[in-house]
Amino acid sequence: MSSASDVPATAPAGNGTQGGGAPTAFAPDAHITVRDLTMAFGDFVVMKDLDFTVRRGDVFVIMGGSGCGKSTLLRHMIGLIEPAKGEIFYGEESFTRATPAAREKMLRSFGVLYQTGGLWSSMTLAENVSLPLSEFTDLKPAQIAEIAALKLALVGLAGFEDYYPSQISGGMQKRAGLARAMALDPDILFFDEPSSGLDPISSRLLDDLILELQASLGATVVVVTHELASIFAIGSNCVFLDTDTRTMIAQGDPRELRDSHPDPKVRRFLTRGGQGEETGHVQEK
Amino acid sequence: MEDPQTAIEVAAGADGRAVVALAGVWSIQEALPEPEAAAGEVSGLGSKAVRFETDRITRWDSGLLVFLIRFEQLLQETGITIERGGLPEGARRMLALAEAVPERAGARGKPVDLIWIGDLGVWATGMWNGLRDGVEFLGNCVIAFGNLARGRARFRRSDLFLFMQEAGAEALPIVTLISFLVGTILAFVGAVQLEQFGAAIYVANLVGIAMVREMGAMMTGIVMAGRTGAAYAAQLGSMKVNQEIDALATMGISPLEYLVLPRMIALALMMPLLCLYADAVGILGGVAVGVVGLQLSPITYYQYTQWAVQLDDLVGGVLKASVYGVLIAFFGCLRGLQSGNSSSAVGEATTKAVVSSIVAIISACGLFAVLFYVLGI
Repeated sequence: MSSASDVPATAPAGNGTQGGGAPTAFAPDAHITVRDLTMAFGDFVVMKDLDFTVRRGDVFVIMGGSGCGKSTLLRHMIGLIEPAKGEIFYGEESFTRATPAAREKMLRSFGVLYQTGGLWSSMTLAENVSLPLSEFTDLKPAQIAEIAALKLALVGLAGFEDYYPSQISGGMQKRAGLARAMALDPDILFFDEPSSGLDPISSRLLDDLILELQASLGATVVVVTHELASIFAIGSNCVFLDTDTRTMIAQGDPRELRDSHPDPKVRRFLTRGGQGEETGHVQEK
Repeated sequence: MEDPQTAIEVAAGADGRAVVALAGVWSIQEALPEPEAAAGEVSGLGSKAVRFETDRITRWDSGLLVFLIRFEQLLQETGITIERGGLPEGARRMLALAEAVPERAGARGKPVDLIWIGDLGVWATGMWNGLRDGVEFLGNCVIAFGNLARGRARFRRSDLFLFMQEAGAEALPIVTLISFLVGTILAFVGAVQLEQFGAAIYVANLVGIAMVREMGAMMTGIVMAGRTGAAYAAQLGSMKVNQEIDALATMGISPLEYLVLPRMIALALMMPLLCLYADAVGILGGVAVGVVGLQLSPITYYQYTQWAVQLDDLVGGVLKASVYGVLIAFFGCLRGLQSGNSSSAVGEATTKAVVSSIVAIISACGLFAVLFYVLGI
């Protein structure tokens, strides 16, 4: 396992690029581009005016308070919910307007780890990992079994191939979910609250694993979380969603946002409320 | 080898080490070469060590890793050492990661290979445990009803009314359909035989007695086992998966009183009513066949039915329906509470609930037949 220093160094992003004029061209190394996205359930607007770019190889964190719409944003990005307005691009191809066939092809380059693992409970771990392989590749059954064993070994579950999800612990289910998300060697990995329900050590190990996989596979990673430790350990770029204004109020490297973002709300969130308006004043003096 | 782009070349290196040069696309989306041939070539060279050249690989993913793992295993068996230096950086790290957590000893379950007597033993202990669970559940139900009688049972009255509505009024359409059809079927079967000696009017007796004594209660029971018993098992099973039942238990609320009691009472109260209704609809089905098909007068049909069906028959049928209701709720709730912690276990519990309920209904029906015969009812 390697440490956080293995993250590909990314140039500090421009602070607070919220608004900032509608971009017409794509950023040079853009992998995911979200443009003018409004998320709504009926008349209830969850978030509006979302505009951000995830660069290739980023570990991109979506953060914000509980119930602000982080998971909803993720569900929009993986096509489980259609946007009320705006568009999502992968590379330069629109995901929102893609034909069903094109969209299915794009979906196959995604790997998603759901909040509670989302493992199919009637299948063993090996079968869970093998299903996408047997559906979407022409590999022989023996090769599929080898790949499933490899993926489970990568997440530290060697030898657990024949276990059912209900027979292993919550942390192991998370890791098995990660193995399944990686089954097809995806370009983009989405994580919905990877550390929820894990103890600090397991959560740290999962973070290390995410980083190691990201570095070796060169995949882009999108993580929804509000765990500060994780945000600083793995995040190379982030957006901050704000419940009060119903939009994003900050974007960039999480460490820089913590130290120097003009909005105290962002600094307070990133310091667990410890470095808010009051203490912020003291520091400014 | 199958894919022209993917290539393995084995050569003897200058320093006495074998050189394995890999080229092309190594992806799980393409056909992957088998490592046996290359491993054979390497051991044929007689080198004690192997290094890789991978400059000509254009694209790789897990396919390369799987190949390398198998290849290394094969070479290690022949005592050849492997140097990973020439592999792509990412591949080296992934291989290290896969080896980082060794397989936990004993994690892999030993394949259980039982001869038939072993299977028989497993089956028998399973049956015994099931029986013990059933008896324990029955005892707990009796205790819960005892608490109810003393006014100490804890459940929401509104739940009871909701279950009564679900198991009563909402079941009427399907009960109507089934009983009407059963009535017409009985009438047709009887008519074919009775018409042969000009006694077609006795269809009224046949349908009346059959519906009221047996078929009304039994068909309602079977419909309710599939409809409500299955629903109870699925509800309690998924509540168990979501730890809702644990939550009740730790609050000091008996799941048996809170969940099982209202369901059982609801079915025990609603089944007799549904049975009465089914009896009436079944007789109407007989009337339809008698009047339309056999040209009998409705008045005569009514009189013959009234003459044939006694109060004893009606009371017996309704009593049976109530017992069936308790059996359905009992097995629905028991299977639900016995369910395992996964979505497939909930499905299994639901199936078992329906099967057990129907078996119990038919067995009870047989017992009642003997009992009524002995008592001369």
